[in-house]
Amino acid sequence: MVLSHDVLVIGAGLAGMRAALEASRKGVDVAVLSKVHPVRSHSTQAQGGINASLGEDDSWEKHGFDTVKGSDYLGDQDAIEIFVKDAPERVVELEHMGTVFSRRDDGRIAQRPFGGAAFPRTCYVADITGQVLLHVLYEQLLQAGVRVYEEWFATSLIIEDGACRGALAMEIRSGQLQAFGAKVVIMATGGLGRVYEPSTNSLISTGDGQALAYRAGAALMDMEFVQFHPTTLRNGILVTEGARGEGGYLLNSKGNRFMEKYAPKMMELASRDVVSRAEQTEIDEGRGVDGFILLDLRHLGREKILERLPQIHELALDIAGVDAIDEPIPIRPGMHYAMGGIKTDVNGASVLPGLYAAGECACITVHGANRLGGNSLLETVVFGRRTGAAAAEHAGGVAPANVSEAVVSRDQDKIKAIFERADSGDSVARIRTEMGQTMNKYVGMFRTEQDLETAVAKLAELKERYKRVGVQDRSRVFNTSLLFHLELGNTLDLAEAIALAALHRKESRGAQFRRDFPQRDDEEWLKHILVRCTPEGPSLDYSPVTITRWQPERRVY
Amino acid sequence: MEAKLRVRRFDPESGDGVRYQSYVLEVPDYATVLDVLLQIREELDDSLALRCSCCSAICGSCAMRINGQARLACKTKAKAVAADSEEILVEPVGNMPVIKDLVADMDPFWQKARAVEPWLQPEGTPPEREYLVAHEIMRPLADIAACIMCGACVSDCSVLETELGLGKPPDQTFLGPAALAKAYRYVGDPRDAADASRLSALSRLEGIWDCTRCNICVEVCPKGVAPMDQILALRRKAIEQGYDEYLGARHTLEFEKTVRESSWL
Repeated sequence: MVLSHDVLVIGAGLAGMRAALEASRKGVDVAVLSKVHPVRSHSTQAQGGINASLGEDDSWEKHGFDTVKGSDYLGDQDAIEIFVKDAPERVVELEHMGTVFSRRDDGRIAQRPFGGAAFPRTCYVADITGQVLLHVLYEQLLQAGVRVYEEWFATSLIIEDGACRGALAMEIRSGQLQAFGAKVVIMATGGLGRVYEPSTNSLISTGDGQALAYRAGAALMDMEFVQFHPTTLRNGILVTEGARGEGGYLLNSKGNRFMEKYAPKMMELASRDVVSRAEQTEIDEGRGVDGFILLDLRHLGREKILERLPQIHELALDIAGVDAIDEPIPIRPGMHYAMGGIKTDVNGASVLPGLYAAGECACITVHGANRLGGNSLLETVVFGRRTGAAAAEHAGGVAPANVSEAVVSRDQDKIKAIFERADSGDSVARIRTEMGQTMNKYVGMFRTEQDLETAVAKLAELKERYKRVGVQDRSRVFNTSLLFHLELGNTLDLAEAIALAALHRKESRGAQFRRDFPQRDDEEWLKHILVRCTPEGPSLDYSPVTITRWQPERRVY
Repeated sequence: MEAKLRVRRFDPESGDGVRYQSYVLEVPDYATVLDVLLQIREELDDSLALRCSCCSAICGSCAMRINGQARLACKTKAKAVAADSEEILVEPVGNMPVIKDLVADMDPFWQKARAVEPWLQPEGTPPEREYLVAHEIMRPLADIAACIMCGACVSDCSVLETELGLGKPPDQTFLGPAALAKAYRYVGDPRDAADASRLSALSRLEGIWDCTRCNICVEVCPKGVAPMDQILALRRKAIEQGYDEYLGARHTLEFEKTVRESSWL
């Protein structure tokens, strides 16, 4: 039997749930499908907050300029204008839904300073903003009675006559494959952090939606722009930018606040690409502390640390064995966020009819070459809502999907083939680790043509090995080995797209720093790179950047 | 360090029933129990099923019983629990059916959370901007909203253990600490106007008066939510607002009266 819905949202983080809620409000039959229970989604790891120009002295124009500058002028300014203008209303809406935002003395939503922002613009719930928002939106979804397929893994999109008409998915609990017919599919599967090792991302952040869309014919955009967050712990766990927003210092081995050398005005609160590169430069030039930089919160005092940064206090204790009240926390830059993703217009429509995307898996693009902290949560609700509304409208003009149940055999055969593979002496875990380390080493914060070519060659080898590797566990029920196998296929395709785009872009902009091309080159490279999947392999193309009111300038913090 | 684990295995497809499997492996001193389980999966046995995602105690996926107590595997250092016994005993959460190995069926858990209507029910249309709420009121609510719904409290809840042990159908058992803490997060919220319907519903059977105040949920909660304290706060609110006709409430009031009048229990 084929299960049919007007709108099928894949992914149940903030973007997916906000999209589903909006589609549901528009009266269409919407369902959400997610490989984990909604509240387990990676949005829960967002700590520091969500940006909106609520303050008396702030304005959407200032938020817009900060975002454009943060993007190193690669963000599309029509999208950015929509984004920052809608921000206050979306944040107030989250408050009306029940979010327990931290407050100012007058009872209004409190706002903290964040990187690359000229005003304290980031609304927060201590340092668990994403978690609280995710639970609130899940509860809104419960109230709205939206159907959620929990613990279902999407394996491919159904394309008929050049349009997306649904998806195939596996119920993890039974191992059964199922066809879903839909007038519109919205991808909201989040990030691809697990392409790298280490990463701040959850183990589930394997770019499934980007990979499925890419293989089905959608274009990926800005894939070379991978954000390294300045403050991550030994094992990749995130320490919020809020720690610096609240006044934390970054110190090198000499005890100096080295950011004065790199960003004399904004210091620790320069944009993330700038701070991460500064830290790595200090470490590489021998002024690190055992390969780390020190994040010093001591001067904030016990009370402020426990009130504003309780999770950070606990994580530093658990993971680094450091009490941030008495000692600085050893941190270093770590892979954190993909600015790139499925190319969409400002309503979330991809280039493939019937396929929409929102959140980190999409690329609209509001973040350009570097995202500002606090703008990712905002993106999920602004564009989640717009995409949900646009998808509902699109669904109104499309005949019901007429999907044949026979399509499930395609992915059934694929899984059967994995189960039947003889032991190649290799393993999914080994290939995954080699991929992650390759990306971290050769497609990291500092790039060169030679390193990128090394990465491309290594990834080609890993893709060949992936075709031969099987799994030991051949059970049907909750076979996590099979899931890891399928996820690895997704991450490998995206790793290749990232490395190729990075190799192609011969300039430095935002998060992409080429040692061999250290300058930004607006004449040649003020444009997006698109990557498409073809039978002959990935094919690259360009798309123009939309500039409205902010002309490119030199970027200094 | 050398980690020795004894893991409860169950594969519904094998027909074998429950068995325990021991693993010995070398792990870094800082490894969490989750790190060890993932290393087992990668190096020894990829059929071991478990849920995990964030590795930083915020997604709530990896609650399981470690040495008999519900904990988040990603927040529990192997070294710290290795000292307690010869082998670290790893089992799925309790008070829930098991799907496979360390993966529990949490459907009954989510149904109970749903039953407390965990969404804001304000009166009238909301203001144009945010509701004005003092930080001192919002702050404690944020501490309760910090619940990640991992199910550790429900796993070790002694009321549920007794009820399920006596064969009570799961959907007729105690609402449990997680759902009730969630309920207080809305009852205590000044923006919510549904206290009356919430408190009267929660005062009925399987609600706030079924807790025996054993304090286990407070001890096992990895996020400091203190569910039992929230249940007690709901009881106070219920009595204050006149929902005192229920057995538990009457018992409490009689108790108070006796002590007040006679100074004797």
